[in-house]
Amino acid sequence: MVTVFIPTMLQPVTGGVKQFDCEAANLRQVIERLDQLFPGIKDKLVEDGRIKPNLAVAIDGEVARMGLLEKVGENSEVHFVPAIGGGAS
Amino acid sequence: MVANIVLSEVEYTHIGKRPVRPDGVDKVIGRAQYGPDITLKGLLHGKVLRSPYAHARIKSIDTSQAEAYPGVRAVITAQDLPFASLSKEELGAGYQALKFASDHVLAGGKVLFKGHPVAAVAAANPHVAEEAAKLIKVEYEELPPVMSVVEAMADGATLLHDDLYTSSLGETSQTASNVAAHARYEKGDVAQGFDEAAVVVEREFQTASVHQGYIEPHNGTAFWSADGQLDVWCSTQGAFTVRSSLANVLRHPVSKIKVTPMEMGGGFGGKISIYLEPLAALLSKKSGQPVKLVMNRVEVFEASGPASGSWMKVKMGATTDGKLTACQAELALDAGAYPGSPAMSAAMCAFACYDYPNGLLDAYDVVVNKPKTQAYRAPGSPQAAYAVESVVDELCEKLGIDPVEFRLRNASKEGTRRIEGPVYRRIGLVECLEAARSHDHYQTAVDFQPNGKLRGRGVASGFWFNRGFVSSCNLTVNPDGTVSVVMGSVDLCGTRASIAQQTAEALGIAYEDIKPSIADTDSIGYTFITGGSRTTFATGLATINASQDIKQRMVERAAAIWEAPVEDVEYVDGVIQHKSDSELRMTFKELAGRTLTTGGSITAQCNIDPPGEGNSFAVHVVDVEVDQDTGKVDILRYTAIQDCGKAVHPSYVEGQMQGGAAQGIGWALNEEYFFNGQGQMTNSSFLDYRMPISLDLPMIDTVIVEVANPGHPYGVRGVGETPIVPPLAAIANAVYQATGVRMQSLPITPGKVLDALWSQNGS
Amino acid sequence: MPGPTHVQATINGEDVNFLCEPRQSLLEVLRDVLGMTGTKEGCNDGNCGACTVIFDGRIVDSCLVLGVEIQGREVTTIEGLATADGLHPIQQAFLENAALQCGICTPGFIVASKGLLDGEPGADEGRIRHWLAGNLCRCTGYDKIVRAVLDAGEKMK
Repeated sequence: MVTVFIPTMLQPVTGGVKQFDCEAANLRQVIERLDQLFPGIKDKLVEDGRIKPNLAVAIDGEVARMGLLEKVGENSEVHFVPAIGGGAS
Repeated sequence: MVANIVLSEVEYTHIGKRPVRPDGVDKVIGRAQYGPDITLKGLLHGKVLRSPYAHARIKSIDTSQAEAYPGVRAVITAQDLPFASLSKEELGAGYQALKFASDHVLAGGKVLFKGHPVAAVAAANPHVAEEAAKLIKVEYEELPPVMSVVEAMADGATLLHDDLYTSSLGETSQTASNVAAHARYEKGDVAQGFDEAAVVVEREFQTASVHQGYIEPHNGTAFWSADGQLDVWCSTQGAFTVRSSLANVLRHPVSKIKVTPMEMGGGFGGKISIYLEPLAALLSKKSGQPVKLVMNRVEVFEASGPASGSWMKVKMGATTDGKLTACQAELALDAGAYPGSPAMSAAMCAFACYDYPNGLLDAYDVVVNKPKTQAYRAPGSPQAAYAVESVVDELCEKLGIDPVEFRLRNASKEGTRRIEGPVYRRIGLVECLEAARSHDHYQTAVDFQPNGKLRGRGVASGFWFNRGFVSSCNLTVNPDGTVSVVMGSVDLCGTRASIAQQTAEALGIAYEDIKPSIADTDSIGYTFITGGSRTTFATGLATINASQDIKQRMVERAAAIWEAPVEDVEYVDGVIQHKSDSELRMTFKELAGRTLTTGGSITAQCNIDPPGEGNSFAVHVVDVEVDQDTGKVDILRYTAIQDCGKAVHPSYVEGQMQGGAAQGIGWALNEEYFFNGQGQMTNSSFLDYRMPISLDLPMIDTVIVEVANPGHPYGVRGVGETPIVPPLAAIANAVYQATGVRMQSLPITPGKVLDALWSQNGS
Repeated sequence: MPGPTHVQATINGEDVNFLCEPRQSLLEVLRDVLGMTGTKEGCNDGNCGACTVIFDGRIVDSCLVLGVEIQGREVTTIEGLATADGLHPIQQAFLENAALQCGICTPGFIVASKGLLDGEPGADEGRIRHWLAGNLCRCTGYDKIVRAVLDAGEKMK
């Protein structure tokens, strides 16, 4: 099961749910599952078929570089974090 | 006297040695070509006309007299930018981003900071351009300037943008605001955590805007030829980011833009954004000749990208035996005129050194009438660390626990979960704290002199993520057995050396046989900026991976020459040999000499976006002396301890630690932007913007703690940014030990110290 | 505005002739008129030392000297330190001690250090720091620069 952590600012959409388990093979599927359970959450995360530019997704601590195509492992943790560019703004 | 210590875990042939850098001779004889050194036939010189006001509406611009001035070849305003003729409907969701980007290059309707570019002139020489620029008539309607986050966030504050709304992850506010973004991070229950604490400390802090202070000003030279090819030369941390920024704001295809990065005289995060390049490009397009622009020092201060000023409130609670129960912070960082301060990074770094059960962080990105902020070495982390490490120091004092010991009791380790979610992999904070505790500096008592001055010691820790991002390398084996390594990473401070060392190590050949060079955007695969403490790591991985391909191809070539199966040939330590027939053996040089007649050059290439970058933690210790009559703070002794992973070239790693510490010292004691009542910077020169000089600093001792990063074959972690994080708090804590006063605003100037001492003594 | 002035001077031991306007600084003349870009501009108001040259035996910020002032006088720039036999000991010491990172301040520091070590090769750390107080470096924190100058001084005794 993939464990998805809902960031504080999105918990209003999930009615306070902070953590969510699902079956998924990649990030796109993770977000689809999230949206099935919490309708509207996908629009907060995805724009024009890609992760919103001010967001990054960390899978098992590694920032996903392939966007929605990034694979997710059987026991992976998924976190949504602000995008940062170190040494850059 | 203790100097530089390397606590090494693994030894290599080239990694960890201190060879002379390949570009060294050019730099010490003055031959290296930096951005301003370039000259082209028919070159014109540009000058920018800038707003004298911090906040005003532009009512009209009349360039006719400038255009008529003898020697002037072109004049541009915002009307010359594509944005001026694009509609909101055409641009759709990208409208605001392009508006901000274009506006930043040349102001359209409003000027938002003193120094905001309004027009530019190209002429035969810089003096003529300057005189002509003065003839451009601009009519302004002055507006009240908003100069601090506190002012900007207040109810009824004057708005910089009437179309900027506060966005939080997902939601957008309905009314326009100076707060561009708000983020919140939470774990556990802080209210309960504070209830469980034996001691709680809460303090507010403020820091001023500071500049990266690179000695070389911004520059840009461009030639827009009649066939639409735009060639640009500039000092930049990233030729590819300049190319994409230009493509965006000029609406010109990337394929018709070539950016050649020149040598760069310092960046620290401030030479990533475009400033003069688009102006040079447009002036060249209009005049048909190449145009060069260079900022003067006033323009660098007033119109490039300083680091955020901040307002912060931090509250922390701990039990009697020094275990943290709750950590809370509110951080507001100013972004300058357009959104994009590192407020979120600051929030993620603030408590990164600690393992604590309950936390709450609110971070605000706020616009103000100052130049748009840019990155400055670990952006956001120094400000946050100043606040947090000062509060930790106060907790230690109230609990009677040694500051290094307290940090050890609460230190983040592999497996500790950060507040924004991910878990740490292998990190070296504990090792740094232990190195600090056993260091001669910490073991030696503060030497109190009977000279009437006060002395004290301060400690602080710090963190930066470090990044990966995209890098490319092209390797070619030359017929003489040397290897050319072409990369897209600009060499800021020894990159050529560290990449040459990593290549030599991977191939098992001599360091002197590696020829590193930096290519323009047409000649190498996409490479992200030199910055983010990523280059030694990511470009290193690119060359290491390409080297594996080189070795394989050498094996295949030898097998072909010997008419043997490939499986029977191996590459060992720079020698290609048959596994069983000892007669069949060639050195790298010997095989290289035969490549052109046996099928052609052996080359390899790697484009990589690597995972596995390693975070870097640091602990700094400083002893200060405070003069009670003048308030001046002197640095007596400074030790910087950092987990750098494997130091490829220890001298350059030490240099990063010393340089970052020096910048932090300046940030703590002297540096700030002074604004008058009209929002105009009044100290825009090196005389009055007081950076540390050689007399201000002692030798800076370093300890390189090498906790290998498992994500890199040699354990490289990234080092450049973390050194600027601890000094601000380390010095504030030292000043407290010396004087008994907590300094809650930076810089800790003599005037503030005297005020603090006098009010403490009841005068 | 007066027209260009003809100036004749000795730069790095060679006779040089050039035309410049009276308003052009020596720094501008070196870089833009003579194409000698080894001397750098950091601030143009005498506060950073990146433009240090030796003028009749004294170190000066060339941004504070006018081009016309060097008429008949002697100037040494960074380009004049190395010879056909190799690098100057100060240049070599900077390389061996890793005393440069971005390198923009390096020509100014090397020339300024020559101004000290030519007369006082035994200068100690305090004297060196005082002498170099007019040269700004933002990358190194000065530690390795001072060590390089101490090292060079040893070799110049």
